[in-house]
Amino acid sequence: MNSAPASSPALELRGIDKRFGTVHANRRISLTIARGSIHGLIGENGAGKSTLMNIVYGFYPADAGEILVGGRRVDVGSPQDAIAAGIDMVHQHFMLVENFTVLENIVLGAEGGWQLAAGLARARARLEALARDYGLEVPLDAVVSTLPVGLQQRVEILKALHRGAEILILDEPTAVLTPQEADQLFRLLGRLRDQGKTVILVTHKLREIMAVTDRVTVMRQGSIVAEVATRDTSPRDLAEKMVGRAVLLRVEKGPARPGEVVLAARGLEVRDRRQVARLKNVSFQLRAGEIVGIAGVAGNGQSELLAALAGTLAPSRGEIELAGHELVRERLDARARRALGLAHVPEDRLHDGMIGGFAAEDNAILGYHDRAAYNRGALQDRRAITADCERKMTGYDVRPPRPRLPLASFSGGNQQKLVLAREIEAAPRVLLVGQPTRGVDIGAIEFIHRRLVALRDAGCAVLVVSVELDEILGLADRILVMAGGEVIGEVPRAEATEERLGLMMAGVRGEGAA
Amino acid sequence: METYTLVVLLLAATIRVATPLLLAALGGLFSERAGVIALGLEGMMLGAAFAAAAVSAASGSAWLGLGAGIGTAVLLALVIAVAGVTFRGNQVVAAMAVNIMVAGLGPSLALAWFDLGGQTPQLNDAAQRFRELVWPGAEAARHTPLPGLLYAELLSGHSVIVYLAFALVPAAAWVLYRSRFGLRLRAVGENPSAVDTAGLSVTGLRYQAVVLSGVLCGVAGAYLSTAASSGFVRDMTAGKGYLALAALVFGNWRPWRTLGACLLFAFTDALATRLQGVPLPLVGVIPVQFVLALPYVLTVLLLAGFVGRAVAPAAIGQPYEKER
Repeated sequence: MNSAPASSPALELRGIDKRFGTVHANRRISLTIARGSIHGLIGENGAGKSTLMNIVYGFYPADAGEILVGGRRVDVGSPQDAIAAGIDMVHQHFMLVENFTVLENIVLGAEGGWQLAAGLARARARLEALARDYGLEVPLDAVVSTLPVGLQQRVEILKALHRGAEILILDEPTAVLTPQEADQLFRLLGRLRDQGKTVILVTHKLREIMAVTDRVTVMRQGSIVAEVATRDTSPRDLAEKMVGRAVLLRVEKGPARPGEVVLAARGLEVRDRRQVARLKNVSFQLRAGEIVGIAGVAGNGQSELLAALAGTLAPSRGEIELAGHELVRERLDARARRALGLAHVPEDRLHDGMIGGFAAEDNAILGYHDRAAYNRGALQDRRAITADCERKMTGYDVRPPRPRLPLASFSGGNQQKLVLAREIEAAPRVLLVGQPTRGVDIGAIEFIHRRLVALRDAGCAVLVVSVELDEILGLADRILVMAGGEVIGEVPRAEATEERLGLMMAGVRGEGAA
Repeated sequence: METYTLVVLLLAATIRVATPLLLAALGGLFSERAGVIALGLEGMMLGAAFAAAAVSAASGSAWLGLGAGIGTAVLLALVIAVAGVTFRGNQVVAAMAVNIMVAGLGPSLALAWFDLGGQTPQLNDAAQRFRELVWPGAEAARHTPLPGLLYAELLSGHSVIVYLAFALVPAAAWVLYRSRFGLRLRAVGENPSAVDTAGLSVTGLRYQAVVLSGVLCGVAGAYLSTAASSGFVRDMTAGKGYLALAALVFGNWRPWRTLGACLLFAFTDALATRLQGVPLPLVGVIPVQFVLALPYVLTVLLLAGFVGRAVAPAAIGQPYEKER
């Protein structure tokens, strides 16, 4: 590669095509990426970005097309070929062995000899030099599982540099980071670019594209729909190109009119199997007619909080009050809570909120199947169930509108909409929603947000847990920030800024962060 | 006999009983560390015991028998690997299928070939079996006090396979923790995606590990039929493969701790044999069935009490599939 002329692009793709069964994931993609640049690749979930990058990395073979690195055609049949060609990838889910040390993880696959000791010593010297050059300090002898995610990501980057990467692909790298950690990452990417490396940033977050990239390529439904210099575009412009029509980036809503307290949590504590407290002394109130947002980096107790409120996880201490009942003391389970008007859209809907092999219409009443409207004596009223599902499918634009089809054969976004329809249409007093728009495309995000606001205006209390700060800022009337299993502080929407929430997400208390 | 002699003989028996357990457990350790459940140890060992005895009887060479035992166990290991790794089938089902198949096939073939009621012929010729190696001066030392008897019974007087099994413990520990192969093996059992994206073959590594477990089970099986006894009889492993798996789990998937677990199980087994018909203080003679159940009761107690703390390789039992 060193012998290639300096003018040739770092990476060139010509006519890459890929199908998974009936899904046409990449349609004849041609793309050129300049050496020493940060190139953004943006698109909705399912637009084909990850597929394309996995083809470049040799993780899947392309059905057609060719890949040129430094002007020369390379055959990338496996990650090994890609690594040899100087291409490396930091995956969204880190490819680290949790109980290995940082050093062992970095040398895996490039150990430098069949005896470990000598190879590890050589790698250590080289990594220390690399870490100095790029300001990438990581403790080489620490066990990976003990490191915070931000550091684990650095390990991944260091691993790629150690293997001699010239082109570094990062797939949704900020999903697990606080805003401040993300800024650190962007500074690091800038240093890599300045040293001549080429960075491809795959993301669906417009802010990141605008903040760090030099050029940006927009994908939609497997095709490239635009390629522009970042300074010549705007978030709104990019969003429209991603979705294919004009979109609202802000949620339109009037002021909240909070009513009486409908749900109160007092001193909730949840311990995991090893008796480690995952939720520590969490107290808050939820009023009718308001949306309360819970912000935080993934894994800081939000999931446990939702599960404890919904009744799928028993708290070891504390009480939850709902509609005059003490849920913990009275041992009311998820079903009894649902009967009291507590609806729950779980974070991992595909896993916890539906049964893929069941027909859409059965999924549309799951958990509410014993309501009189769906039954005639001991038998289900199939006609009523089908009609009910048709109504929900029309109201929530679920496509295709076929109630008898197994839910697994719908796209992820449509599955989500049906689960959401089920919970919202049950007319709950309190709605718990985890990650309302995870895995949903921008068009559907708008729709889901409007539904949640409408539900609030109808007097329902809504609790939204989301790791997307933009979503919390857009939806919530009041924001609670969680870190390390605790509620670190509460911020009214009007006073919330990304910096302030970001500091609190990192564990800095409310007052100091203001 | 005086108590001292009894204890030394008990320990010597422990070593002999521990040998096949240890070989199988170390084999299972490589397999499980790579993420493939080692439930097939029993079948591989039994198959090897039959093949070793049959070939030894036919050829007159214990070494050819050992080769046949290893070959058979590796073949069975490949069956498990093809079903559980290549075709991503359920590893438990694949291994149990092998175990059940071998349990029936061994005696059937023996009946067809030798017509001795499902056994292989007695291996009476010296070359057909692995004999005990007597170390220099062992016979003389036997009649001297303390250190002499230990030398004669514990160090001397075992077949070559026994020494091999114990030498394999440090070797396995070195391979697992100090070699490139060991690093990759442990990685593939913890996070196969990390191995795949590092440009290594998940399938290849798992095959190597399963074949290695086959080799060690082959040696263990040959030991049973051509060293510890003189010929193959129906069900001669009698659950030793499962006991080895239990020892491996109790040993937390680490070679030295697995050795400790194997010795403990073997000791209770040797003790049970000694206790048959011996009156004990307070309780008198314990019925033989209870005594013989002792090692298995211990297994259940140990696993129930300690395995909660053991941490299995994270990806064990999960066929690897690339995410879309």
